Amino acid sequence: MKKQDVPQDLSALGKITKEVCYATDDTGKYTTQLSDGWDVKITALDKAWEEIGDRVNIAKQKVLNGEASPLLFFMEKGLMDVKLVAEYTGFWQWQVKRHLKPDVFKSLSDKKLQKYAEVFNVSVNDLQNMNFNDA
Amino acid sequence: MTLDFNHIQAAHCENGVTTSLLRHSGVQQITEPLAFGIGAGLFFVYIPFLKINNGPVIAFRTLPGLIFNRTCKALDIPVVRKKFYSKEAAEKFLNERLAEGHPVGCQVGVYYLPYFPKEYRFHFNAHNIIVFGSEDGNYHVSDPVMEGTNILSPYELERVRFAKGALAPKGQLYYPKENKPVTDEQIKRGIISGIKKNAFNMLMPGPIAGINGITFIGKRIKKWRDKLGPKEAGLYLAQLVRMQEEIGTGGGGFRYIYGAFLQEAHPYTKQDELLEIAQTFTTSGDLWRTAAVHAAGIYKGRLGTQADFDTMGDYLLEIAEIERTAFKALKNIKWQ
Repeated sequence: MKKQDVPQDLSALGKITKEVCYATDDTGKYTTQLSDGWDVKITALDKAWEEIGDRVNIAKQKVLNGEASPLLFFMEKGLMDVKLVAEYTGFWQWQVKRHLKPDVFKSLSDKKLQKYAEVFNVSVNDLQNMNFNDA
Repeated sequence: MTLDFNHIQAAHCENGVTTSLLRHSGVQQITEPLAFGIGAGLFFVYIPFLKINNGPVIAFRTLPGLIFNRTCKALDIPVVRKKFYSKEAAEKFLNERLAEGHPVGCQVGVYYLPYFPKEYRFHFNAHNIIVFGSEDGNYHVSDPVMEGTNILSPYELERVRFAKGALAPKGQLYYPKENKPVTDEQIKRGIISGIKKNAFNMLMPGPIAGINGITFIGKRIKKWRDKLGPKEAGLYLAQLVRMQEEIGTGGGGFRYIYGAFLQEAHPYTKQDELLEIAQTFTTSGDLWRTAAVHAAGIYKGRLGTQADFDTMGDYLLEIAEIERTAFKALKNIKWQ
């Protein structure tokens, strides 16, 4: 890749920092060039988030239908599976699975809810009401 | 207290940490391409039966930690590397090293890394940063992929050092044990051993790793459309492109950095064939990027026929042959 061909398509990262790319000058010698991003990888990342968005919406609908507790919504939103949630909270995996049931979740102590709230970076109140502030 | 430390921005985090820490400890010659090449960082592996973020595992580089260890070993620099069970012990140890004047490399997860844009915060635990000081109870952090330095609170730093999941860092930190300069002759020997190791790794037998891994995924891609359906096949290709181009690879799945390394190796080794082989890696990197553009056509929905998947697979088969030739040439160099 020639230095002048290094793409400069502004990505989410590009708003915070430019990234180092290696490219060649006119004589074929390598040098570095800062880049704002590249459309090809921006869409690859978008694609991954679209897929996550779909999974979150399905989870949300399940919670609204009473088929799952808000924990499922936050797990999908946080890109976590039961194993990872168990590792972060210190619960056993079977406990996390149990907490996915709406009735069990409703009866959880504040102390347990607080653990989930910390992992998902939300308040206990938001956790119970499936509120999520994207900022 | 903040150490006298130079933040160096790099394409890849572990290269960057290795470069910065070694410069700090007196290795004036070290650059990102040299660290990557001496550390034999170039690799390829495709593991179809393991999933990460709902896509297949594809990597363009060696396992985390190896570049730093190999580079230091090749240059006769002893390394301290430590994991912790207790968060308190991890923080105490870090504070003691800072007090002694050692900037410290830390393996961290990016999921809770506050200065990363949220679009990039996956559960990826093989990121590397340097902690180089503390002030008002917070830590000064040099993240090689960022243009400037950042500040983390003790809680924020503890959280990323003790991220959970695959490759959990467990508070892992590392740094060169001694400050000492190295000679050009040592660099030269490091370059030669790095090239030999990298050629060995890329030409290894077995289907999933090295050049064979590229051939393998090339053939598999042609079947993805039928096997996975167009939507999932698109997601798999997006995953391939992200692993190849996302922050850290310097473009073309590290192939450009490797080309830069071979050029920088030339003055130390005086092997003229390195310059020619460097050009081959430029060609290969360019082809990886052409393939990425084609893949984007598929996951954007502009392309999508079986013929398009066949073309995609053929790109990778072509790349594999180019790189096979390049690594064979590297393997066969008669070192002076």
